[in-house]
Parts: sequence; structure tokens; C-alpha cells
Amino acid sequence: MNPFAEFQAIYVMWLRQMKRFIRSKGRLVSSVVQPLFFLVILGFGFRAITIPGFGDIDYIDFLTPGIIAMAIIFSSMFTGISVLWDKQFGFLQEVLVAPVRRFSIIIGRTLGGATTALIQGCIILLIGIGLGVHITSISGILLTFVFMISIAFSWVGLGLVIASKMEDFQGFQLIMNLIIMPLFFSSSTFFPLQNVDIPEIFRQIIQFNPMFYMVDGLRGSLIGQYNVNPPLYNLGIVIVFALIMMSLGSYFFSRSEV
Amino acid sequence: MDIISTSNLTKKFDSFTAVDNISFTIKKGEIFGFLGPNGAGKTTTIKMLTTLLYPTNGTATIAESDIIKQRDKVRKNIGVVFQEPALDTELTGRENLDFHARMYGLGQKKRKQRIDDVLKLVDLEEKQNVLVKNYSGGMKRRLEIARGLMHYPTVLFLDEPTLGLDAQTRRAIWAYIKKMNKEESTTIFLTTHYMDEADHLCDRVGIIDRGKLLIIDSTSNLKNSIGHDVITLSCSDLTKLHDRLVKESWIQNVKQHDSSLTLGVEKGDEKIPEIIEIAQSLKLKIKSIDVRKPTLDDVFLHFTGRMMRDEEPENPMKMHARMFNRR
Repeated sequence: MNPFAEFQAIYVMWLRQMKRFIRSKGRLVSSVVQPLFFLVILGFGFRAITIPGFGDIDYIDFLTPGIIAMAIIFSSMFTGISVLWDKQFGFLQEVLVAPVRRFSIIIGRTLGGATTALIQGCIILLIGIGLGVHITSISGILLTFVFMISIAFSWVGLGLVIASKMEDFQGFQLIMNLIIMPLFFSSSTFFPLQNVDIPEIFRQIIQFNPMFYMVDGLRGSLIGQYNVNPPLYNLGIVIVFALIMMSLGSYFFSRSEV
Repeated sequence: MDIISTSNLTKKFDSFTAVDNISFTIKKGEIFGFLGPNGAGKTTTIKMLTTLLYPTNGTATIAESDIIKQRDKVRKNIGVVFQEPALDTELTGRENLDFHARMYGLGQKKRKQRIDDVLKLVDLEEKQNVLVKNYSGGMKRRLEIARGLMHYPTVLFLDEPTLGLDAQTRRAIWAYIKKMNKEESTTIFLTTHYMDEADHLCDRVGIIDRGKLLIIDSTSNLKNSIGHDVITLSCSDLTKLHDRLVKESWIQNVKQHDSSLTLGVEKGDEKIPEIIEIAQSLKLKIKSIDVRKPTLDDVFLHFTGRMMRDEEPENPMKMHARMFNRR
């Protein structure tokens, strides 16, 4: 193994995704518009809402971390699954026949996906600040970035698993509706579930929702209130989840034949 | 020196055997062609040789590296142009080449130099900064061939390099293939189901059908084995004429097909009157008669007993194989 060659391969995999990302304006716009709608419509619509247990809150403060998570998750899932595009357009063969380790290919792809997701997350964050979100501190923002990166890694990993198992895009919509949406609604993105009167069984299930820890962690680090767990506790869980997803993703990807 | 040598190479997809016990060797600097109809096992062979598929049985060496045990070394030595385009259409031609060069670990100076070289070789200098999605089919093909050459491969694999291209572009691509074989002394392994392509390009040809390698020889030897000239004729009773003609010693071989007979003879044009006389003595009416130099079509017909047609529908077995390939 030649470290220089592997590094160059990782770099060029990343570079390719950056170029594609910058060129597809449509993707950038659509990935920002949807979370923006949530942020503006829900944020202002529920502005005067009273949430049980919190009293009067600024709803946009509560909502923004969840919407940032949403933008990152959609974007990074897309990156993982876009391996399918490469498969269908034959480009994956060009990548796999090169004298480069599969692991470097995955790292390059993941870094590319994480970077695009991070850019989109930052755009939402900036919009949120523009709408009057109250931010705790500089160190909080730094921690927010750590969260954003680990969230991106997790979902690129899951996307890779799905892409390695799926033959075409038929199942893509299904997966989005069947996995992502339920996870979202049970993650306290829109309202704090711990204060809501839901059956105990759901409360237990929600504890196993990784998205809950991601949103809660972002809330704790960025806003500094309304969170259930301490941010660092959440961060631990999110990083473990990211490692598991990345390992699964690399495992399935390295076994795929063209 | 043998640059590729395979021994009992076999690939099975469940119960279907795509490549069946193939053994052959290719010498350095050769242009070698794998000729066979769709679904014969050509692409599967290439995918095994280029380390994209694991063989079920047997193995091969490329530039003395084993395709199973030394995959990275094999990959360094080969360039591949796949049957289906494998370009990133959202990047420009030059960016595609740059991607490739970096994947193969070329340094900055060498990279730039080499990209300019290969772009010149395939006449794409003017289009280098255009997005590949705006390229024509022939331009994409040329770009892929250029890319295959970027890292000075010892062997370049071309899977159906001119499939679906117009006659003019095909000729141009043939010229490029010959040129790089000569100028860069690259060994070339190509597959095709076009007879004229194999005839025009290859030093040696292997005929593959239903996963089996039927024969491997130089194009001229293969054609000579048929006879110096080929006479094709159709008449009212093929079997009767066939049975009569096999007794003639001046005919090297007689084969009966669905609606015609082919005869291998020397000085074919002088033999036509004789054949007509024989037919008349049997009271048979000759509908048509034709004499020509043998082509690889005749060779293929001779060894497989079937005509190979370009318009042959895609073999269902191949789709089957491709489905498995994707897994």
C-alpha cells in the first residue's frame, strides 16, 4: 500500500463530489427549500405556543436544531444512496477497477457527503440566526459542528448499506417514508415527547431512536436549553451510532460486485 | 513473453456456466480479439481478468500477477474500457481524466502531461472542458479509450469498443486502437461480435461460444483453414448436391446450412462452371452462386455451425448473468 496514492484517491473522490454538488444548483436549492419551509411556517405558526413543562418558549429556538438535523440527514442519506447512480451509470466500475483500497473509496465518499451535508446544515443555521434564534456560546457552536459531522457520517453509512443492497431506485421513496419519517416524528423535532401524554410503550421505543439523541444533542449545544440529556452524553451515543453505521456501510460496500 | 495466461478459468452463476474452462495465452504487444455472439461469455471473462468478478474455478495471471491473489498489482497493470460507458457525465472530459490519473496515483506534473498526450491521441483537445453529458456517443467512447491509456497500462481491455457506433466513428476508433498499440506498445485484449472488426484489428482471434473457447489462431490461419475461396450456393435440393460434392477431391470442405451450401476451394472462379455441370447432371437447378475470399464470418460459421448476426436479439442468458453480476 502506498499512502500517498491512497490519500490522493480519497482527495479526488471528495473533489468529485464537491464539483458535482456545486454544479447541481437544483439539488442545493431543493435541499434548502424544504427545511426552510418547516422553519418559517412552523417557526412562526407556533411562535406563541405553550409547551407543557417549559412554559413560554421561543418556538423557533426549539425547532431550529431539529431542522438542521433534517437537512443534514436528507443530504447525507442521498450521498450514500447516490452510489446507486454510479452503479447504474457504470461509473462504479471505473472506481472499483482502480488500484485503490475499497476503504479509501468509502472514506473519500463519506467525507464528500459529510462536507455537502455540513454546508447545507450551515445554511439552515445561518437562516435560523437570521430569524432570531438565540445561540448560547462560541463553544456551543463548535460542539454543534461536531454533532453535525457525526450525524452526517451516520447517515452516509446507512445510505451505503441501502445502496449496496438495493438494485435500483424503486425502493428509495419507500425507505424514506418508512424509515426517515417515523424516526423524525418520534425524535422530538417538532415538540418535546417526554412531556406529551403518549403510551409508555412508545416512550420506551423512542429511547432507541438515534435521531432523538442527534436532535437533543444539537439543541443542547446550540440553544443550551429544552434538551433532555446533557450534550456530551448525547454526543457519546451519536458517535457510537456513527461508528456502527460506517462499519456496516464499509462492510456491505466492500462486498458488492459490479 | 506471455502477458496474459489463463488456466481453466470458469465462472458459474448458480447453475448457469457463463465461462467454461477457458485456457489461453496472449503475447506482449499483441492485439488479441475474443469473438463471439452476445452472451458467449466475453464480458464475464473480461470482468474476471480485471478483478471485478471472482472466478468460480481456475485462475489467470496478468504481467505475472495472479488475478485472485495479487489484485492490486493486476489493477496497476491494466486499463479497462467497459462495454457500457463508465464516465461521470457531470464532469468535463478533462476532469474525468484527472479523476482517473489521481486514482492511479500519478503525480501532478506527469498528470498534466499525460492528460494532454491522450487528449491529443483521440482528438478531444477542443472538447476537453465540455461536460461529458454533452458529448456524442463516439466522443464518449474516445474519451474512455484515452482514459484507459492514461496510466501506461501493460494491457488494455476493450469490451465491445465500437458497439452501437456509426461506421465513420468505428473506423476512427480502429485507427486509434492500432495507433496506441504501435506507439505505446500496449497489449490489447478486445471483445467484439463484429467479424469485420476482429478481421481488421486483431493479430490473433479466439472464437468463444456458449462459454467455451472453440479455437484460437491468427486471423490468416483461421481463414486458410476454410480454403482459399468460399463458394456459397443455393439450389433446389441441397442434400442431393451436398452428397455428390463431398466425393470431389478438389473441394476442401462442404457444409450444408439451412438454405445454402458453402464450399472451400482453390481458385474459386474457375470452379464455378464445374459445379454447375455437376448440378445439371443431377438435374438440379442452381438458384444463386457466389464466390469470395473467406472472412471471419465463414470461420465462425465453420466452427459453430451457426451464422453470427449483428441483429441477433440479446441472449436471455446474458441478461440473467448481468442480473447476477449486479449482486
